[in-house]
Order: sequence, then structure tokens, then C-alpha cells
Amino acid sequence: MTFQSILFERAEDRGDVDNPPAFFCDLNLDQVVNAITKGREEYDLKPFFYQPLRTVQTVEYRHAIMRDLENSSLYEHVKSFAQKIRAMNQHLSQAQKLYYKYQKQAWFLDAVEIYCDAVNCLKMDISTVDLKSRGLIALRAYLKEYIASRRFQSLYADTKKLKVDLSRVKYCVLIRASSIKVRKYVSEADYGADVVETFTKFKQDAINDYKTKLPSAPDMNHVEAKILEFVVRLYAEIFQNLDDFCGTNRDYPDDTIAAFDRESQFYIAWLEYTARFKNAGLEFCYPQISDTCKEVYDYEGFDLALADKLISENESVVCNDFYLKEPERVIVVSGPNQGGKTTFARMFGQLHYLASLGCPVPGREAQLLFCDKLLTHFEREENSTNLRGKLQDDLIRVHDVLNQATSSSIIIMNEILTSTTLQDAVFLSKNIMEKIVTLDAVCVWVTFIDEMASFNERTVSMVSSVVPGNPALRTYKISRSPADGLAYAMAIAEKYRLTYDCIRERIKA
Amino acid sequence: MKAFLMFRDRDFDPRRTIPKHEPALTQDLELTTLFNAMALGDEVLFDVARSAVLPGADNDLSTILYRQDILRDCLKQPTIVRDMYAIAVDAIKGEKKSYRHIFTYPGAVLNESVEVLQLFVILLQRLKNIADKHAGGFESDGFKTFFAMLQRELNDEYFARVEDQLEELTFSAGVLISAELGKGYKGVNYTLRRNADRQRGWVQRIFGSKPDEYTWRVHPRDESGAKALSELKDRGIDPAGNALAQSADHILSFFSMLQTELAFYLGCLNLHEQLTRKGEPTCFPVPAEPGERRLSFSGLYDVCLSLNLKPRVVGNDVNADNKDLVIITGANQGGKSTFLRSIGLSRLMMQAGMFVPAECFCSELCTNIFTHYKREEDLTMQSGKLDEELSRMSTIVDSVTANSMLLLNESFAATNEREGSEIARQIVGSLLEKHVKIIFVTHLYEFAHNLCEKKMQNAIFLRAARRTDGGRTFKLVEGEPLQTSYGEDLYKEIFDGYSRTPNQCAV
Repeated sequence: MTFQSILFERAEDRGDVDNPPAFFCDLNLDQVVNAITKGREEYDLKPFFYQPLRTVQTVEYRHAIMRDLENSSLYEHVKSFAQKIRAMNQHLSQAQKLYYKYQKQAWFLDAVEIYCDAVNCLKMDISTVDLKSRGLIALRAYLKEYIASRRFQSLYADTKKLKVDLSRVKYCVLIRASSIKVRKYVSEADYGADVVETFTKFKQDAINDYKTKLPSAPDMNHVEAKILEFVVRLYAEIFQNLDDFCGTNRDYPDDTIAAFDRESQFYIAWLEYTARFKNAGLEFCYPQISDTCKEVYDYEGFDLALADKLISENESVVCNDFYLKEPERVIVVSGPNQGGKTTFARMFGQLHYLASLGCPVPGREAQLLFCDKLLTHFEREENSTNLRGKLQDDLIRVHDVLNQATSSSIIIMNEILTSTTLQDAVFLSKNIMEKIVTLDAVCVWVTFIDEMASFNERTVSMVSSVVPGNPALRTYKISRSPADGLAYAMAIAEKYRLTYDCIRERIKA
Repeated sequence: MKAFLMFRDRDFDPRRTIPKHEPALTQDLELTTLFNAMALGDEVLFDVARSAVLPGADNDLSTILYRQDILRDCLKQPTIVRDMYAIAVDAIKGEKKSYRHIFTYPGAVLNESVEVLQLFVILLQRLKNIADKHAGGFESDGFKTFFAMLQRELNDEYFARVEDQLEELTFSAGVLISAELGKGYKGVNYTLRRNADRQRGWVQRIFGSKPDEYTWRVHPRDESGAKALSELKDRGIDPAGNALAQSADHILSFFSMLQTELAFYLGCLNLHEQLTRKGEPTCFPVPAEPGERRLSFSGLYDVCLSLNLKPRVVGNDVNADNKDLVIITGANQGGKSTFLRSIGLSRLMMQAGMFVPAECFCSELCTNIFTHYKREEDLTMQSGKLDEELSRMSTIVDSVTANSMLLLNESFAATNEREGSEIARQIVGSLLEKHVKIIFVTHLYEFAHNLCEKKMQNAIFLRAARRTDGGRTFKLVEGEPLQTSYGEDLYKEIFDGYSRTPNQCAV
């Protein structure tokens, strides 16, 4: 099978998406993707992150490539290839900007030289690595074939010859008053060295540098251009060859290789992004993916966007575990505010979305659902333009979500129905829960309604916890336990000396 | 070209790292008084004196003798030495007046450097004239080598070559630059070249084939062209300008080094003149190898005390050869501290290569000198007094080595005598085992007495003498420690001399 693309094994896997999915902001995936693609704007990588894969096989294609690239030497090889191509592109755009013909040609020739070097090195480097992935093995074969081709071989040879010839060009300029004379260099003595020689006997240790930092822009003024024109005349044959070369090789880069340069950045960007988490002691793993099994789990997972922020502030990151066993489908998260509930819900969504891109996911070990749709409902600012009340708005959105959802979907609900009475909220929630359970979708539901936690055997209760002695201190741990706000409330009360005994004591005086 | 007047084979580094314990040493030995006397208000002299005299330079025996010889020459020919110093100063001042550090474009760097070099050439010529005229009057290896070097390196031929070259650097025949193709075929590796046309003989000029050559002229009204041309010229002369400016630097640093090294001897001359005027004796000390235990002198006085007093000061005679430990006890105000200081000072002066304030003086070299003096109460209240003392002692122990010398002045007196004695016993005992030489002024009777009882071969006990009427002689004599330090005398002297107002009591 010939090499197509490092991201899509078959041409038909390629999609055409330019906009982020609806839930991107809810899950803070926009922040994650911004961080991943930062500094790589020229590759236009975001569309790749907007486009979940469609089959489990395509996920495995990427997993294998990612695993190969985790080999640090291969990773460095691909990175150095990318750097060279980047330099090549800078040369080409510089050539565009310049005015004088021979300057354009100079930058063009350098660009071609860098290209040849990049391709040659990549082939050589990649052949020293033990590859496992179909994608990279196919690439290796492709490179071998391309480099052996006549097209590449003559490009390479011509470039080398021209560079050697041009490096031998050496000329003299005599400046006297307003005139310049240009001629070939004929071993005139180095005058500066003469001066040094005369005074060398005074040489002491200390040395100042008086060389002026003369500015050097890539373009030329007309005096330099004039000199170059004379040099071209002095070395006419070499420059004629250069001229021919530039004409012949205008469209030298190979399309497949150019595409590899762009698409490999998907992996490189991901690995570079995750390195800082790994340095902070966090783990990533290749999840097992299934489109049927709903017994999902992840141990020591975390929210990437939050962890990124915490690491840069030198704070520690709290990891969380979850699992669903048959017949469990819905995780109901309750507990104190600011205890990491939303973070947990986001993490759940992020894990599943990243898995659908073929990326490794935060955690030590994971089994995830290859879902057909990821649907989220996070609390929104009140929207005055749609003239609906907040509760109404909430319900309409929930309705939309449930309409789209199938039994292979994942639904994430975060603190909905807050703008009504508790009694209403309980009633509405129970109805919605009934529908979700009937649908047999996998769901995470963050709520303040404890009753939801023990809805039926399909629901699992997870609670954000606090340090018993100091309830103000959050652990950000979310763990399976019955929803019971009481212990937490008592702890807070004690802290503020508002328990029964405390208040009696305080009021006595 | 090097002056080599401080070391036979290397430069003197006036900015060498001064040891950590320098502040304590300077304070305890009143070194500033010494440096001021050497400098007479000249900053350079002060700095050089300071860095030459402070320990840590590890001058070996031969360096000390090398400097002693040079110093003898200086004492014989003070005017000539001062003249040479003046030449070096002129060079440095002249260079400071130039604009070479203000302009940074190559043309200016080149021109200013040519000017500075022209000044330097004149001064070098003067220096060489001194060598020609007076070299015969100097006997030390240092000066003989120095003058011979000047005569060898700065011959007439050389001066002619330099003047020629400075002349040529005006580029009346145009600037010839070679270059290669760099990025985008802009010129790189600009190198200034000798114009071959000037060197070719007439035969070649007529019969040699003329190389291909293209000429272009910048239009008189083309301002940007003229600017570009001058930039190009700048690129060409930049390396030469740099080379020239560096040459100026090198010659400047030759003069600076000459100034620095002569500054030391000038400082010695200044000090010598002051002491001689007072009639105080000086002598060249006899240094012995480190490790030998030599310390004997006569007429040794505290040079700093003498510099601050009108009358001559009392000198001491001691023979402490083969001793590791000198314990000094006795009357308050009896000259103990002065004596301790005079030993420290003369050791430092000897090791710098200077004369010493004594009639004769012989001592081994020590690798380092440390002082541990009683200090005022710590004002910051961060530590108790004994705590502070011991912490300083601990810092000394951090850097002390075999054959260092340690001067202790009333150390460990911040606690009661028994504890102080015990601390002193343990510290002194262990340091002696590590071959540290210790001179200890102490009132810790128990400590001193116990040592004395042991009849150690390597210890000597000195006592501040006291006349029977309670008067002081400021002389130290060999003698066992006494149980009193005659504080009563001091008390009487102070209290009986004044009317007893409460204020003065407090004093």
C-alpha cells in the first residue's frame, strides 16, 4: 500500500471540517488546542483537532504512529526535519520579498539546498529506527523511492555543484573617492593582519572588541547591487548556470512530503505539549477504544487545561479516577462548590474527545467509549436576545441534546436547572434522568440535587470531598461515595463555631 | 612587552581576589593607615599598595628577594623611578582625553586610534631614552631586564615602521577590500587588502596583463549611493580599525601595568621617606622558607602607631625561633596590642617584598595571616557575644591551612575565665597540631598558666613589663603569666586623673 498521509491511512478518511464542535468551549478544549498549536500557526493544525475520527481502525493507525514517535530519537529526527522545512519556507518567502534577480536566486538556491538536506536526513534518520506503525513504514518506503528518483537526484547534484562554484567566487573592490573598481581577487596581502603584526609585541591579556556592529539587512542597496552585477560579469558562466537552475526547478518540492511536513506536526505538537505534564509527574496512556463496551474507566486522569495552568503556577495537580461497571451508565457528581466537580466533568469529556482524535489520554490506564456524539450542556449566561427565560432556555437545550443523543452517545450535564425551586428542579431532573437511562447513553451529570445520585442501579454517585479537619481546604478529589451534604456542612459549621454546642456557648456570655 | 617588575615572569594583578578575611585584617592591623602613608592621597598608589600587601598572593622566597632588589634600586634612584611613573601616567591620561570610546563608527575608531598611537609612540620614545641614559645605574635583575627589553624591542627601525604604517592608514590611494559571496550574495568576509598596484614594479605594470576590471562612479547627487559607498568602506576598514584600536589597548595596558607595578615601589618610597624623616629605622627582612619556625627581630615597632605619633615609638626585641606559639600576657596599656600588630604588619610587609619597621627582622613565610580580635558588642542583636566570637573563629577555621599565622587578641573573653580558658585550650591545641602558628594576647590566666606549666618546647611566654611604680615601659619581656593584669593601675590612672562626675565615671 503506498503512502498517503501520516494522519489518514486512506484518502476517504479525510474529512473537511473547519470549525470546532459545539462543546469545545464547555470542555475548555479550545484552550487545550490553542496551547497545542501555539507557535505552529503556519501549519494550520486546528482543523485536525476539530475532526474526530470515524472508525476504531483509524484511531489505531494514529496510536501506532504516536507510539513510534515517542521514541525520542525518531521524535528529534522529525522535529529537525520540520525545522529545516521551516527554514526552507523562510528562504522562499525572503526570495519573494527581494528586488534584485540574483538575490532572489541566491535565496532560492539556498532553499533548495535545505530541502535536499532535509529529505536526505529524514530518510537516513528514519532508517536507523525500528518502526512499528504502518504509517511510518509506508513513509520510509516512499522516501526511499523518491530519493532514488531521477527528478530528486538531478536536483540534488545541480544544487551541490552550484554551491561549490559560488563559494569559490572572490573579488576585490577598490573604493577611491566616489568610484568603485571591481575585479577578481589575486592574493593581495591582508592589511589588517599587517597592522596586528606591527603592534603584536605589546599584546597583553585584556581585549576589547572595537568591531562595529554594522547592520546587515538581507536586501541590497544599489551600490551593492552594482558590485554584484560586476561580479556576475566576472564569473559569467557560474551565474548563467544558476539562472538555468532556477528556471528548471521552480516547482521542486514534492507534494506528499510537504503534506507530511504539515501533518506530522499533529503528533509533534501533541508530544511537545504533553511533555510538560509528564515532567510534572503526570501520566498519559493509550486508551482501549470500543464502540460497544460501556464499561469505561480511567485511573489518574486530569483536566488538561487546568493542569496546564496549575503547572505554570507551580501548584500540584489532583488526579481523579472513575469507572463504570455494568449496568452503570450515569455518574452523578455532587458535593461542595469549588471542589472540582466541573473539572471532573470536563475531564470526562476531554478524555473521550481526545481518544476520538487518536491521541493518548491523561491517566495511567483507560478504556473509553468510541462514541458517535459528544453532547454537553453547561450553564450559560442569560441570553437577552432570545427572549426566553433561563429555565426555558435550559430545558430547550436539554431537549436538543436528548434529541440528538443515541445509545452510543456521551452526555455531559453541568449544573442545569439552577434557576427554579428545588422541588421543580427535582421533578424536572428525574424526568430527564429517566430519558437518559432509557436511551442507554453514557452520562456525567454534575448536580446539587442529592436525590439524583441514588436514582436507580444505572446511576453512580461520586462526591467531591474536603479535608475533615479543615473544610475550607479542597482536595479536588472526586470519589465514589453516597451523596450526603451533611458531614461537610457540619465541618464548616464547626470551623465557624456555629454548631449547636458552639452557639450555646457563645451566646451564654 | 611586559614590565615584570613585581614578578620575574608574570604580571601583577591589582584586581586579584582579596581574601575573605580582608576586612578583619585591615581593621585589626590598621592597614588603612599604612596604605594612606604609601599613597599620599593617590588612589592608584593606595589600591596597588592594598592589593600587594594583603595576603593570599603566595609570594615565594625568590619573588620577595626579587622585589627587595628592585626596591633597593628605587631607594637609590628615586627621581628616575618617579620619572618613569610620570610617563606611564601621561600615557593613560592622554588616552582618556581621546574620543576613541565615544565614536563607534569604523572611520572614527581608526582615526582616533591613529592619534592615540601617535601619542604613545612619543612616550615610548621617552621611556626608551631613559633606558639608554640610566640603565647603567641599576643593579637589580628586574630593572636590568626591563631596560634591556625596552632597548631591544623599541629600536629606531621599529619606530620608523610604526610611523610609516600610521601614515599609510590615511588611505590616500583608496581602500581595497576583498569579499566573498554571502547570504543572498551580499558581500561577506570583507578584508582590507594592500593595494598590489603600489607594489608592482614598472616591468609588471607595462608588460603584465591587466586583469578584467569594471568601474562605476556614484553620481555626485546620489546621496544614498554616497552613503552606501561609505558604509562599504567602513566594512572594509572595520577590521583594521579594530586591530589598531586593540593595539592602542595593548600599549595602554603596557603603560597601565608599568604604572601599577611602579606604583608599588613609589608607595614604598613614600613610606620610606616618612619614616626616615622621623629617624625611625627600617631594614630589609630576611625571609625563611615556610615551615621553618623563625621569628626574631630587634627594634621592631608598630609602623602605623609611628605614623600617627610625633615621637619615635618603642621597639621590641624578641627571639622566638623554633616556636609555634607565642603567648603574651601582662599589664593593660602595656603595649601588647601594639606588639601584636607590629608582628602582623611586618609579616605582611615582608611578604609583599617591602622593607620592615625594625633594625633587623627574620621570619619564615606564612601562607596566610588571620586576626581574631575582641569586637564591640554586636549591635544588630542577632547573636550573643561569645556566639559572635566563635562564629568568626569558625570562619577562620574554614580557611586556615598549615603554616598560616593566627593573631589572637583577647579572644574568648566574652564568657567567664574557666569556660574561656577551656575553649582557648581546645582551639589553640588543635590548631598547633595543624601547624598553625599562633600569637595570642590573653588575659585568660588559667589558660596561659596551664600552658606554661606544661613546659612546652615550642611555646614562648612574653609579658608586658611594668615598673614597680605602676608605670609602663611598653616593652615586652620574656616571662610567665601573672594572675593580675594590673587593671587596678588603669583604674587609678583614669579615676584619679579626673574629678568624679557621674558622666566621666561611665567613660
